[in-house]
Amino acid sequence: MSLINKNIPLSFTFDGKSYFGFEGDTLASALIRNKVRLVGRSFKYHRPRGIMGAGSEEPNALVEIHADGVCEPNRRATTIKLFDGLSAKSQNGSPSLGFDVLAINDWLSPFLSTGFYYKTFMWPKAFWEKVYEPAIRRAAGLGKIIQKPDPDSYDKGFLHCDVLVIGGGPAGLQAALDAGRVGKRVILANDDFVLGGRLLSDPILINDKPSIEWAQNVEAELRSMDNVRILERTTVYGAYDHGIFGALETKTDEIGGSGARMVLWKIYSKASILAAGATERPIAFANNDRPGIMLASAVRTYQKRFEVDPGVNIALFSNNNNALSTLHKVLIDARENEFVIDTQGRKSLKSIRLNDGRNIKADCLAVSGGWNPNVHLTCHQRSRPVWDEKKSCFLPNINSLPKNMHVIGAANGNFTMSEVFESVRLTGKALGHKPADSPPTDSETYEVTAFWHVKGKKRAWVDYQNDVTAKDITLAHQEGFSSVEHVKRYTTLGMATDQGRTSNVIGLAILADATGQTIPETGTTIFRPPFTPVPIGAFAGPHKEQHFKPTRLTPSHKYAEESGATFVETGYWKRSQWFAKEGEQGWRDSVDREVITTRGSVGICDVSTLGKIDIQGKDAGAFLNKVYVNSFKLLKPSKCRYGLMLREDGIAMDDGTSARFSDTHYVMTTTTANAGTVFRHLEFARQCLFPEMDVHLISTTEQWAQYSVAGPNARKLLQKIVDPEHDISNEAFPYMACGQVTVCGGTRARIFRLSFSGELAYEIAVPTRYGDALIRKLMNAGEEFGVCMYGTEALGVMRIEKGHAAGNELNGQTTAGHLGLGGFVSKKKDCIGKVLSQREGLIADDALRLVGFVAVDPSDQITNGAHFINIGDDRIATNDQGYMSSVAYSPELGHYVGLGFLKSGANRKGDELWAVDFVRNHHIKVRVVSPHFVDPDGERLRG
Amino acid sequence: MIINHPLLGPRDASEFVYLGDASLMNRPNPKSETAAEDFHAYMYLRDNPPGEHRELWFHEQGDRSWLIVTRNTLTHEITKVELARSSKGLIT
Repeated sequence: MSLINKNIPLSFTFDGKSYFGFEGDTLASALIRNKVRLVGRSFKYHRPRGIMGAGSEEPNALVEIHADGVCEPNRRATTIKLFDGLSAKSQNGSPSLGFDVLAINDWLSPFLSTGFYYKTFMWPKAFWEKVYEPAIRRAAGLGKIIQKPDPDSYDKGFLHCDVLVIGGGPAGLQAALDAGRVGKRVILANDDFVLGGRLLSDPILINDKPSIEWAQNVEAELRSMDNVRILERTTVYGAYDHGIFGALETKTDEIGGSGARMVLWKIYSKASILAAGATERPIAFANNDRPGIMLASAVRTYQKRFEVDPGVNIALFSNNNNALSTLHKVLIDARENEFVIDTQGRKSLKSIRLNDGRNIKADCLAVSGGWNPNVHLTCHQRSRPVWDEKKSCFLPNINSLPKNMHVIGAANGNFTMSEVFESVRLTGKALGHKPADSPPTDSETYEVTAFWHVKGKKRAWVDYQNDVTAKDITLAHQEGFSSVEHVKRYTTLGMATDQGRTSNVIGLAILADATGQTIPETGTTIFRPPFTPVPIGAFAGPHKEQHFKPTRLTPSHKYAEESGATFVETGYWKRSQWFAKEGEQGWRDSVDREVITTRGSVGICDVSTLGKIDIQGKDAGAFLNKVYVNSFKLLKPSKCRYGLMLREDGIAMDDGTSARFSDTHYVMTTTTANAGTVFRHLEFARQCLFPEMDVHLISTTEQWAQYSVAGPNARKLLQKIVDPEHDISNEAFPYMACGQVTVCGGTRARIFRLSFSGELAYEIAVPTRYGDALIRKLMNAGEEFGVCMYGTEALGVMRIEKGHAAGNELNGQTTAGHLGLGGFVSKKKDCIGKVLSQREGLIADDALRLVGFVAVDPSDQITNGAHFINIGDDRIATNDQGYMSSVAYSPELGHYVGLGFLKSGANRKGDELWAVDFVRNHHIKVRVVSPHFVDPDGERLRG
Repeated sequence: MIINHPLLGPRDASEFVYLGDASLMNRPNPKSETAAEDFHAYMYLRDNPPGEHRELWFHEQGDRSWLIVTRNTLTHEITKVELARSSKGLIT
C-alpha cells in the first residue's frame, strides 16, 4: 500500500539542476530521494541548512518556486506537492548555495549577537538610512520579491457546516466519521494531500492491520457520504468569533496554471473539533543546525511514507520513548544522561560528539525533544495554554476555548492511540454523535523527561529560521529583557514565517532557566492568526485591478465615449471630465470652450451621479426641517430649495437641493461623494432620533438619468423635447420650480429649474433606461444652438465663477458661518448640528469666511492650497490668515479666480494679501473680492 | 462576527456599518437651558466599557435597519439584538 507511485516519475529542477521524483512526493522528499542535503542558507549567519521537518513546521527548507520570470519566495519544500516541471531555487546564497560570500557572517558571529544592529550602527547617524540599512537588508532576509504582478488567480468561498473537523489524522478521521454517520453536515480540513496524519509515518496497528488501511477505509466511507466534505491541502489558519474560521486551500503549487491557485474559505460552523495534532520539538545543542539533523518524526515520515532514507548512519537523540520507533543505528538517550555536545560537517553532517567523549560517524541525526500540541487555534481568542508537567508541554485551556470548540487527539495532549480514540469518543458523545467503540490498537505509552538544552560554549540554535541561539536568549535576559514578549521582540525568537513552531517552547524553557522561574511562570507569547503564512493574493482573491471596487457608469457613458470624453473617477463613478475636440491642444482648451459655449448658448452635463433620495410620508417636511438648517416644511409643492445639512457637531456635512412634489413627497439631492453617507445619516435620524415621525426613505440615485441643460438657449432647447402640453415658460415655470412632465411623446420625466452654473438652467430626469436615448435627443435638438456636452471641469469652473461651495469647501472643517451661509440657519427651529454650531470657537469674530480672490496682477496664476499672509508679516504659520480652497481660470473674465477661507473675510473686501504656496514655491499678491464673480445679482438664472 | 438580525436572522458582520454607543439615540433637548453642555456630552463623552455594551450597527448591505446590539467587548458575545425603532417602543 505505497503512497509513492513509482510508475509516475516527475521531473523537476532545483537550483537549475534536473532531478526526478515520483507522484506522492513533496519537494522535500524528492530532494532527499536525490541526495540533495544542502537546500538553503540561514537568515543572518548564512549557515548551510538542510531539511529539518516533514510538514508545515519546517523552518529551514524555504525555497522559491519559479515560472516564466516570476517567482514565489519562502515556500516550505515540505509542503510543496511535487509536480512535473517544478522549478525551485534555494534562497539567501550568493553567488551560489554552495559558495556563499556572506557565510563570512558565520565567522563574524561573535560580533553579530542579538541587538547587534541597535548597538553598532549608531554613528554617524546619517549613515543609517544610506549605508547601513541597505547593506544589512541585502545581507539579511530570505526570499526576494519580484516586482511583477502575480500571474495567478485566487478565489474566495464561504462554507457552512454543523461540525468543522480540523485535521485529518486518526482523531480527525474518527471524529468526522462519527459526525457524518449521524447525518451532521461535516467539513474535514486536512493540510496534507493525504489523510492519515501520524498513521502515515508511524508503525501503528489498528484492528491488527497497518493503520493506514484503517485510514483509507475511513476515508472511503467519508467520501461516500453526501453530508461530508473533505478539503484537502487546506490549512485552517484562524479561529474567529462566533464559530467562523479562515482556511486556505492550495489547489496547486504551479505558477501560472489555469483556474484558481488557492482558495480562501470562510467557514461558518456550529461546532468545531480541533484535531490539529502536535509538532515535535528539537533540542538545543552545539551546531544543531547542520544539514542532516532532523526531527525524529520527520525521519520516520521520509522512511515510511516516502520510502527514502535521509541517511545511512542514522543516530537518534531523544528525551522520550515515542521517537524510538525511528529506524536508527545509535541511540543517544537524554533520559540516561547521554547528550550530543557538538557536531561536525559544514555542508552535511559527518559526525557527532557525545558527552562521554565518543565521536560517532553519522550522516543523519534524528532529534526528539518531545511533542508540542498544536494549540494555536484554541488561543486565537486570547486563551492561554496551560503547562502540563508530566507531558512537558502546553495543553489547550479547556476553560477558555473558543465557543463550541472541542479539542481531541494529540492537539489535546492525547499522545497514545488509545488516548486519541478515547478523546474522540468523549467529544462525540458530548456532541450527540453516538460514537462507536474505539477500534483496538497498539498499547502505546508516552514517557518524556523534560530536557531542552545541552549547555556549552558553542552556539546552539533555538529558532533556526531567524538564527536565534540559546546564547541570544540568555543575553537578552542579562540586558534586562525578561518578559517573554520582550525577549521575542529583542531576539526575534518566533517571529519568522514559521512563527516559532519548533522553537518557542525551547526558547521559553531556556528563558525560564535564566530567570529562575518555572515555564508556566514565564508564560507564552500571544498566539495570533495565521497559523501558517497566507499569501496576500489569497486575501485579495478575485478582487483586484478593475475588480477591486465596482465601476459605476453614468447613463450618458456610451455617448460620452463616442464624443471623446476623458473620464475621471469620482467615488465609484466614472464621470466625463471634458470632451476634447479636434485641434484642441490640452484640457484647458476643451474646458474653456465648454464654458464659453454654455454661457454663450447652451451646454449639457450628466448630473445623474448626484445622490437622489425619495422622501415620503406625512412628516416628510418636518423631517427635512430636522436634517437641513433651513426650513422645508413651508416649501410650496412644485418648488425646489437649496438645503445645507450639518453633522451633529455643527460642521457642514453636505448640501443639495430638495424638491417638493406634493404635501407628502420630497426628492432630495446630495453631492455625488456623500450620497451613501447622507442616506445612512438620514436613516439614523429617522430610526434612532425621530422614530415617531411618519416618513420613509429610499435611494433612487440609480433610477433616474438626470441632465443639466444650462445656458441662455436652455429653454428653447428643452421646449423641443418636453411635450407641448407642459408649459415651461418663465412665467409658468419660474426659477426653482419643479414638476412632472412627459418628453419625446409620452416618456415620463421630472424637470427642475435649478442652476449650479449660474445660467438659465434646468435639470431633466427620465428613468435610467431612457438616459442614453435622451442625451442623443437633447444633443440633436441642440444642434441648431451649437450645443456642447460639458464635463466636471467646466462644471467646476462655472460653480467657482458663481461662488458656489463644493467638496473643497465642504471639507469637514467648515460651518454654515464659514461658508457665508450663516443666514440660512433658521432661528425658528431646531436641526441636527444647530446647537454645537454655535460653539464660541466656531463663531468667533475673526472666524474664517468664504470670499473670492483675484490676482493683483491679472496675469498671475492663483494656486489652490496657498495660505494667506498679511502684507508685511513673516510667512510663518502663526501669521496664517486662511487658505485658498478652489481655483479656476475664468474664460469669461479672462483671468484666474479663486475661492478661499479668510479670517474676518466678510469685512476685508478690497484688502490685498500674499497668497503663499510653499508646495509650488509660488507666492503672489491677491485681492479680496466677492465670491460671486459672474452675474452677482443672479439675473441670468431667473431670465 | 455574526449578528442575529431580529427580522432577517443571522447575518455576517461585514454586511453592517458600526457607529458606536447606543446612547447616541438619546439626543438632548435643544431647548433646554443647558443644551450646549448636554450636546457636548452627547457628542463627545461616550462610555467604552470592557464587557457588555449596547451599540448601534447599521445593516447597510441589507435592509437598512439600525440595530442596537448588546455585545460583550471582551468576548464579542452578542446577547441581544433589537431594532433601534422598537427599542423606543414605537413598533413591536
